[in-house]
Amino acid sequence: MIIDRLTAPVTDCARSSSPLRLIAVAAPAALFGALLAAQTATAGVLSPQAESPNAKDIKFLYDMVAIVGLIIFVVVEGLLFYALWKYRAKKGAVAAQIHGNTRLEIGWTVAAALILVVITIVTFIKMPAIINPAPSDIDANGNPVAGSLEFASTDQPDPPAESAELNIKVDGQQYVWRYQYPGPKVVFSYEEMVVPVGMTVTLDISSDDVAHSFWIPALGGKMDAIPGYINKLWFKTTRPATYVGQCAELCGRNHANMYSRVRAVPFDEYQKWYDQQAADIEQSNREAPKQRQAIEKAQGEQSIQGGGSAGGASDDQ
Amino acid sequence: MSVLEAPTAPKLRPRPEILAHTVRREEEGWTSWITTVDHKKLGILYIATCMVFFTLGGVEALLIRAQLGAPENTLLSPEKYNQIMTMHGTTMVFLVVVPIWAGFGNYLIPLMIGARDMAFPRLNAWSYWIFLFGGIVLYASFFWTPPEAGWTSYTPLSSKEYSASGGQEAWIYAIHLTGLSSMLGAANFIATIHNMRAPGMGWGRLPLFCWGLLIYSYLIVIAIPSLGGAATMLLIDRNFGGNFFDPTQGGSTMLWMHLFWFFGHPEVYIFVLPGFAIASEIIPVFARKPIFGYKAIAGATAAIAFLGALVWAHHMFATPMSTVVLAFFMLSSFLIAIPTGVKIFNWIATLWRGTIEYTTPLLFSAGMVGTFLMGGITGIFLAIFPVDWQLHDTYFVVAHFHYTAFGGAAFMIFASLYFWFPKMSGRMMSEKLGKISFWLILVGFHLTFLIQHSLGLEGMPRRIYEYNETAGWHLYNVISTIGAFVLAAGVMVTIYNIVVSLKRGVVAGPDPWKANTLEWYTPSPPPPHNFDTVPRIRSLEPMKDIRRQVEESTGVEQQYRAGSPMMRA
Ligand SMILES: [Cu+2]
Repeated sequence: MIIDRLTAPVTDCARSSSPLRLIAVAAPAALFGALLAAQTATAGVLSPQAESPNAKDIKFLYDMVAIVGLIIFVVVEGLLFYALWKYRAKKGAVAAQIHGNTRLEIGWTVAAALILVVITIVTFIKMPAIINPAPSDIDANGNPVAGSLEFASTDQPDPPAESAELNIKVDGQQYVWRYQYPGPKVVFSYEEMVVPVGMTVTLDISSDDVAHSFWIPALGGKMDAIPGYINKLWFKTTRPATYVGQCAELCGRNHANMYSRVRAVPFDEYQKWYDQQAADIEQSNREAPKQRQAIEKAQGEQSIQGGGSAGGASDDQ
Repeated sequence: MSVLEAPTAPKLRPRPEILAHTVRREEEGWTSWITTVDHKKLGILYIATCMVFFTLGGVEALLIRAQLGAPENTLLSPEKYNQIMTMHGTTMVFLVVVPIWAGFGNYLIPLMIGARDMAFPRLNAWSYWIFLFGGIVLYASFFWTPPEAGWTSYTPLSSKEYSASGGQEAWIYAIHLTGLSSMLGAANFIATIHNMRAPGMGWGRLPLFCWGLLIYSYLIVIAIPSLGGAATMLLIDRNFGGNFFDPTQGGSTMLWMHLFWFFGHPEVYIFVLPGFAIASEIIPVFARKPIFGYKAIAGATAAIAFLGALVWAHHMFATPMSTVVLAFFMLSSFLIAIPTGVKIFNWIATLWRGTIEYTTPLLFSAGMVGTFLMGGITGIFLAIFPVDWQLHDTYFVVAHFHYTAFGGAAFMIFASLYFWFPKMSGRMMSEKLGKISFWLILVGFHLTFLIQHSLGLEGMPRRIYEYNETAGWHLYNVISTIGAFVLAAGVMVTIYNIVVSLKRGVVAGPDPWKANTLEWYTPSPPPPHNFDTVPRIRSLEPMKDIRRQVEESTGVEQQYRAGSPMMRA
C-alpha cells in the first residue's frame, strides 16, 4: 500500500502502518455493509429516491459512487488526520527532508485514474437504460403486455408493437406546469399530471417564458424547460401513488411555488379521468365566461398564482 | 525617481528591474492610500475591500439562512429573497474570492520573487479602483432595486421583459468593471512573474504561490472575455433591442448558458487554485519539511487549469444536448479529479514525517484539505450526468460548491490572513483567538453544509424562498441555519482579532514563522522599496539558505527546532 512505501524506511513508522491498514480494510467493508443494510432507510437522506426504472438505475450509480467515495473519504481523511496527529511537533523531533518520490506519485495518479475508469465503465453500462424509455407494461387498451420485462437493457429489441407510450407535452409557465395529453380529444391539466400505472410516459418539456426545470425526484432526473427547445424525459410508474416535485430552475419571484405532481392511477381510472377532463374542457369552451372561470379556478386552485392566471381553459390549441 | 534599467552583468540574461536611486520617505496619511501605486498598499486595499464585501455577503447569507430556518417564513418577501440571494452569489464570487487573491498576489508576488514592485504599478492602481467602483455600483442598487435573477443571470429571466429594474444593469456594470479589473491585474501578474524574478530564480525555483497566481492569471485571460462578451450582449438585448438571447426572435437561452459557463467553470479554478497554492506554501513551513513533489504540484495546477477550461457544460447537463456532448463533459470533469487528487496526496505526504506546528494558518490549511476533499468527492457524483439529473439545481449542489468555494478558497483566505498579517502589519495576530475562530468556522461550516446534501436528495431545489411544512425539510434547514450563525461567529472572531492585533499585537520581526520564501527576508512591514539587496536565489526555499548562511558566519542558531517556542501572541 501507499502508506507502507512511505513509511518503510523508518522503523518506528513501520509499526504504525498496521492499524492504518486495518482501517483501510475494515472501514470500507463496514460502510459497504451498512449501506446495503440501510438501503431503503437511507433513500432521500443519503441517496436519491427511486420509483421509476430510470430513477432506480440513477440510484444504483449514485450508490456505487457513494461507496467508492466513502472509501476514498475514509482513507484520505484517515491519512490526513493520522499525519496531523502522529507528526505533531515534539521536542527534539527532526522533520524528514523528503522532496518527493516519483514512483509513489505515479502510483497514486494511476490509482486515481483507475477508480475513474471503473466508474466510467459502470456508468456507460447503465446509461442506455436511463436514457432510453423502457417499454410499457400495458398496451394502449390497458391490457398487460405479454412477457413485459421489469428491467430494460441495451441488447433488448424495441418494445413490442402493442405496448404503448403516453407522450405528454409539458409546458413551463411562470409559475405553473401545464400538461397537454395526446389522443383524439383536447385534454390538458395544470400542476397535476394523471398517468396510468405501468405505462411508459415520455415528456416533451418546453417553456413559454423563462427557463424552468421539471423534476419529480422519485421518478428520475430533471430536465430543463427552455423556451425555444424541446427537452425529453421519461418515467414509468409501478403502483398507484402520487409523486410530488417542484420547479428546479430559478424562474422568478414565485419559483418556490411552482409545484408539480404525478398521480399514477389504474388504466381504467385514467380513461375515466381523461374523458371527464375532455368533457369539462369542451363544456367550458362552449359555455359562458362565468363558468369558464369556475372551471379555471377548480383546475388550478393551488397552482395558478400571479402570472399564471392567464392560463385557463380557453388557451388550448 | 525610479527608472526601468537592465543590469549589465555580462553572462546573465538582462533582468528588467526597477532601480531606486534614492530611498524615498514612506508616504503617510490617508491620501497616500488614494494616490498610491505601491503594490503593498494596493494589496492591502484589495484585501480590506474584499473583507468588507465578504462581511456584506455573509450578512446576506445569514438573511437567507434565517428565512429558510422556518417553513413558510415571511421574514423576506420572494422579491427580497431573490435580490439577497443574487447579491450574495455575485458578491462572494466577483467581489471576494477572485479579487482577494489579486490582493494577496499584489502584496506578495514582488516580495516573493525579489522585485521592487509589480511590472505596471499605475495599471495596478487602476485595476484596484475600477474593482472598487464596480462593487460600489452593485451595492448602490440596494437603494433602488437590486438585481434578482441570480448570480448566473440566466436569460430570459434577466431580460428586460422579466427583470425590468435597473438592478440588472448594475449587475452588468459590476461584471464589466470587476472583469476588466481582473484582466488588467492578470496581465500585470503575468508580466511581473515572467520578467522580474530575482537572479537565480528559474521556473523550478518559483514559489508555488507564484505558480498558482500565474495560472490564475492565465485562466482569467482565457475565461473572463467570454463573460464580458455575454454581459455586453445582455446589455444590448436589454437596452438597444438586440436579440441575442430572446427565443421569440431567434435568440437562444442556451447561448447565454454556454458563454456564462465557459467563464463560470474556469472561475471555480480561478478562485480555488490560489488557495491551493497557498496551502502548498503554508503546509511545508509548519511541517518543517520541503513541499512533497514540487513539480507534480505545479504541473497539476496547470493541468487543472487546462481541463478546467474544458468542462463548462457540466453545469448544463439538464439542458437539451446530445448524449455525446454530455459524455464528453462527464469524462473531462472526471479527469480533473486526477490532478486534484495528486495535490491532496502531495499535501498529506508533505505533512508525513514532518514536525507539525499547530499554528492557525496550518489549521486552516489542513481544514481546507479535509473539507475540499469532500467537495471533490461530491463533484464525482455531479460529473456523472445521469446522477446530475437528480442532483442538479438542488441543495446537494449548493452544498457541493460551498465545500469547494468556502472549503477551498475561504479557508485559505483565513489561512493567508493569519500567515501574512505579521508581514503586512508588523504585528502578530492572537493565536488563541485564531484557534477559536478556526474551530467555530470549521464546525459551523460543516454544520451548515453537510446536511444540505440530504436536503437536495430529499428534493429541495436551490433558490426557493420558502418551503411547506409538509415537505419535511424543516429540521435539516434549522440545523443548517444554526451552523451558519456558528460560522458567522467564527468569522467575527477573526475580524475582531485583526482589529485588535493591528494596534496591540506582539511585534513580529521580519520572519516570525521561520518560513521559506523571500518575503520574510525583508522587515515587517517591508519598506517602500521592499529590499535593500536582493539575494541570489539558490533553491526553492531561499530563506532556509539564508538562515544557514547566517548560522555559519555568526554561529548563532537560526534554524527552527521542533518544540522550541516561537514568538507568539
Ligand atoms: Cu419555474
